Amino acid sequence: MPDLLARFLIGGLVVILFSIIGDIFKPKSLGGIFAAAPTIALASITLTAHQHGTACVTVEARSMIAGALAFFVYACAVSFILMRYRPRSLIAAGALAPIWFAVAATLYAIWLRK
Amino acid sequence: MLIGINVAKLREGKPHEYLTRFLFGGAVTVIASLITGRYGPILGGLFMAFPGIFAPGLSMTETHAIERKAAAGAIGTLFARAEASVEAAGASAGALGLAAFALVLWKFLPTHTLALTLPLASAAWLFVSVLCWWLRKRFHI
Repeated sequence: MPDLLARFLIGGLVVILFSIIGDIFKPKSLGGIFAAAPTIALASITLTAHQHGTACVTVEARSMIAGALAFFVYACAVSFILMRYRPRSLIAAGALAPIWFAVAATLYAIWLRK
Repeated sequence: MLIGINVAKLREGKPHEYLTRFLFGGAVTVIASLITGRYGPILGGLFMAFPGIFAPGLSMTETHAIERKAAAGAIGTLFARAEASVEAAGASAGALGLAAFALVLWKFLPTHTLALTLPLASAAWLFVSVLCWWLRKRFHI
């Protein structure tokens, strides 16, 4: 439980830090790169390495590549739909979230699980 | 293409928005950790690149842009959504940087210390993200 609390606090603080950096950069598209910063990884890798060893982090990192590629496809889709049809951004990002799961699941099935 | 820092943008942020980001960030970190603990690092690693704070971030960008336009006496809904689209495009460049971050961790960590690999991976994220962002701007991709 203390471990989860530490991860929660560190994760929340790292996210705020990166979002502040992203907010102040201009143009907006450059600030956008901070929306895909390795916040979760930076918040948890040191704790994971301490508890389970660096071998565990190495396996996680390989999977993170797949998750990041899924993020890329998802972010491209959200950007396109927002620019083309101009729905509310929260609705667009929420409705298109299955794209991340679909791409991640596909990469898991054809690459990671082997 | 002017690159710069606009600290005044920080005044647009409200305490409840930072709280939302904090809660989402903390929750996603804990969920990724729980998945690793329950199902192993292969599945857990996927969720370390889960876009958990992406949607709230875009929504805040849209809200702030609408407020800026309203303060100027204009209706800026469509403009605000275009601005959110631009931020999402930037996030796509950041996602490729995130893949580079993970690649460096995956390939270097078995033979180097975490203290060396983590800064190297972070530098790879920044370099690849900015490079992809610049290429997209330069070639209008």
